[in-house]
Amino acid sequence: MTYIAKPRMHHPKLASNSLGFTRRDYEGAVSTLCAGCGHDSISASIIRACYELELPPHRIAKLSGIGCSSKTPDYFLGNSHGFNTVHGRMPSVLTGANLANKELIYLGVSGDGDSASIGLGQFAHCIRRGVNMVYIVENNGVYGLTKGQFSATSDYGSKSKRGVVNHDSAVDLVSLALQLGASFVARSFSGDKRQLTPLIKAALSHNGAAFIDCISPCVQFNNHVGSTKSFDYVREHNEAVNRLDIIPPRAPITIDHAPGTLEMVTQHDGSVLALRKLDAQYDPSDRAAALAFLQQRQALGEVVTGLLFVDPTPKDLHDHLDTVARPLNALTDAELTPGAAALAELNASLR
Amino acid sequence: MSSVARVNDFVVKFANVNGSGSASANGLFAKSILRMGVPVAARNIFPSNIQGLPTWFEVRISESGHLGRRGGVDLMVAMNPQTWDKDLAEIEPGGYLFYDSTKPLPHEKFRDDIKVVGVPLTAMCNAAYSDPRQRQLFKNIIYVGALSALLDIDMAVIEQLVGEQFKGKDRLIAPNIEALHMGRDYVAQNLKAIGLRVRRADKVGDRIFVEGNAAAALGAVFGGATVCAWYPITPSTSLAEAFTGYCEQFRTDPETGKARYAIIQAEDEIASIGIVIGAAWNGARAFTCTSGPGVSLMTEFVGLSYFAEVPAVIFDVQRGGPSTGMPTRTQQADILAAAYAAHGDTKHPLLFPAEPGECFEMAALAFDLADRLQTTIFVMLDLDIGMNEWLTKPFEWEDGRRIDRGKVMTYDDLEAGKDFGRYLDVDGDGIPYRTYPGTHPDRGGYFTRGTSRNPYARYSEEGAVYVDNMQRLLRKFETAKSLVPAPMRQDASRATKSGVIYFGSTTPALSEALEMLEAQGRHVNALRVRGFPFADAVGDFIAEHDQVFVVEQNRDGQLRTLIMNEVGVDPAKLVPVNHYDGTPITARFIAGEIAAKLAARPIAEAAE
Repeated sequence: MTYIAKPRMHHPKLASNSLGFTRRDYEGAVSTLCAGCGHDSISASIIRACYELELPPHRIAKLSGIGCSSKTPDYFLGNSHGFNTVHGRMPSVLTGANLANKELIYLGVSGDGDSASIGLGQFAHCIRRGVNMVYIVENNGVYGLTKGQFSATSDYGSKSKRGVVNHDSAVDLVSLALQLGASFVARSFSGDKRQLTPLIKAALSHNGAAFIDCISPCVQFNNHVGSTKSFDYVREHNEAVNRLDIIPPRAPITIDHAPGTLEMVTQHDGSVLALRKLDAQYDPSDRAAALAFLQQRQALGEVVTGLLFVDPTPKDLHDHLDTVARPLNALTDAELTPGAAALAELNASLR
Repeated sequence: MSSVARVNDFVVKFANVNGSGSASANGLFAKSILRMGVPVAARNIFPSNIQGLPTWFEVRISESGHLGRRGGVDLMVAMNPQTWDKDLAEIEPGGYLFYDSTKPLPHEKFRDDIKVVGVPLTAMCNAAYSDPRQRQLFKNIIYVGALSALLDIDMAVIEQLVGEQFKGKDRLIAPNIEALHMGRDYVAQNLKAIGLRVRRADKVGDRIFVEGNAAAALGAVFGGATVCAWYPITPSTSLAEAFTGYCEQFRTDPETGKARYAIIQAEDEIASIGIVIGAAWNGARAFTCTSGPGVSLMTEFVGLSYFAEVPAVIFDVQRGGPSTGMPTRTQQADILAAAYAAHGDTKHPLLFPAEPGECFEMAALAFDLADRLQTTIFVMLDLDIGMNEWLTKPFEWEDGRRIDRGKVMTYDDLEAGKDFGRYLDVDGDGIPYRTYPGTHPDRGGYFTRGTSRNPYARYSEEGAVYVDNMQRLLRKFETAKSLVPAPMRQDASRATKSGVIYFGSTTPALSEALEMLEAQGRHVNALRVRGFPFADAVGDFIAEHDQVFVVEQNRDGQLRTLIMNEVGVDPAKLVPVNHYDGTPITARFIAGEIAAKLAARPIAEAAE
């Protein structure tokens, strides 16, 4: 971490988006994470994604659990409300917040300890309910704040910094999210901002449960030889299935591409996902095939990244509950309280 | 042998087998007496089981309006061979046994000091019906018919109730009425009247008959709750289910048919309270309902609610603990677990409804208090109130009553430049202002956390900052004292130095016990606690008396402990009277315990 606070001043020519916000307006407090931490790169991608999508910062609510990754919402979107909840329980709090006001954008940030160990249950259930959110797991395969214990996403056979070999099977959150019905599933790498930022933008534009597993090496405790979550290991084994460009609603589509290598997916909000195929066979609209592909490639030691699955017109929890258009937290007393006459009628039925 | 002879003042207990369809027949019996203008208290005593285990239904008929359990049984309707011996033993000397006399029983299976009334129910059913399920179901209706003749219950009233019960399934009405008459005719032709009788009265008035869980659910609707997250657990499940029903009825947008509410059956109690806290953080009124085991699971989040100051409402429908305990039996044994839920220094306001009417009122109030105090409010029901239908005065609501959202800074406040410090005590009452997420583009945003922070919500581990915040939370708790329902006092007919403190479902039995004691010349002033933190009146009441009985339905005297801890009184003054076998406390138990303890203590007044 740095002890030098960033000056509020910025270059007078720093570009603004159409809302008049500069990139700096999407920043937060100075990070207290270790220098070189992958999580800070993810924060930078979130800032860039929100700036480029021209989202009003205060219309985003950012929620997290406990751990290094869960501290990061303090370091971006400083004008947004944030909620650092309890360990492993961010999904339920986010679900409640979403129920109260369907008009905000919900960004859940979690780690592999938070989501794959203590919070695996809540992770699963908020995905299967189809909560409209972006859920990012900053996955480093290790407990950082408590100094280097294995997490549930540590691969079988990987070695800890202290030389201990992990003999437990790894939880694969991407496969779980696919099986549980997430309508947007991606994996990325904190060391690949070009891949990650468009994925975050696409997820933010998605109207359903969007999950991004972002491998984010821990420079202190999980960046050594023998680790399968180190910068070197992930770079060597990263197999991206596609490259994504996101085109905002109503923007002209101008992308150069060789025939047969580009797929266009229009999302519910009108945004277009332009996918450049890197693996010719990969089809991100086929959930079952995606699951099989991941299993096969993982067995070969590959780290498959990219947009792995998307359903461009999903239903979310509010659709399932058939709630009114206005946010529940904005209903008036008259809409909430039935009144004395209704009560008198009810009394009569109880005699 | 002299038989018990009573009019409009006796106890009937039905001993049945769970899942045999007895519940609706027994309910019909209780309600028919109510419709005759005679107050009734009906209690289910049931097992944690769907089919096969013993279950009881106890009906107290009391023209003078005693709605607690009295103790003892005047007429036992013994329909369960498994519990025959125990059921027989419960009958008061001179009382009555009603049984199925199809199969002859040896003399030693009876008692000489009771009167036996046999009706060959099985034989009658076998003769009338061929379908086994019908044989079982109509047996229950036949005994209600027989009892109606024995006790002189108005047949027209029962027939009307049957009509109401099967409205829409009209083809079921005639066979049920036929079965009722079968029982009634048998008694008329073969048996003589007994000493127990129901006589028309006008003592019910406009009162309603309703379960506490349903009342609390309705209170939540009127209190403006829009988000409910819950996990099924006896005895709280029917609260969430009633809320669902009332929301469909009252909260469906008339134009679009869409829901002005969101109900989630969560994966567990932890997620339930998490959803509640997320929704309340975002400005919706939210609650969960649970029982002791659920409260145990929720405690970490309750601590977050306390420290990060996020509103939440928890209905704790208490059952027998600890652990899985007695899931279908009643206790008041979560008082300390709720009051001090979570690690670290925490305390939480509790509300203690005594009956369904208060469940409704306190449920609605709980949401105002949660928003006003920005913390978790526990509404402490128990199985006896929650799952039994009680006679209570009609629900009331004043049109024009506003929802109190507490201290919330709006867009206009922020735009006008008001200083916003999320944990800043601007009014001296310990309660800071909050903002809802998304209120203003560049003001009022803050980071909510369970870690220590300064008044402007910035992370801080400084000792002085932490202590200031903890002291403010104590000031806030002091403010809560005047906001929770005040205790209610009832003085004896003569000045006395003996007092009793009680709360919740103990109330009707205690009122009756006080009458019994008065009749014996024992005078006791009474104070019913309705909320925590305790009002000063609680300490004043204890100071005024030489000894104060604390009556509660748990082993360890949890309310007594809480009073000792929070009010700072001499523990020797507080005499525990604890009932905790899982059945609702009785008037006889309370009067007996207090009388014995008064007699054992040579105080001036007792010698008078």
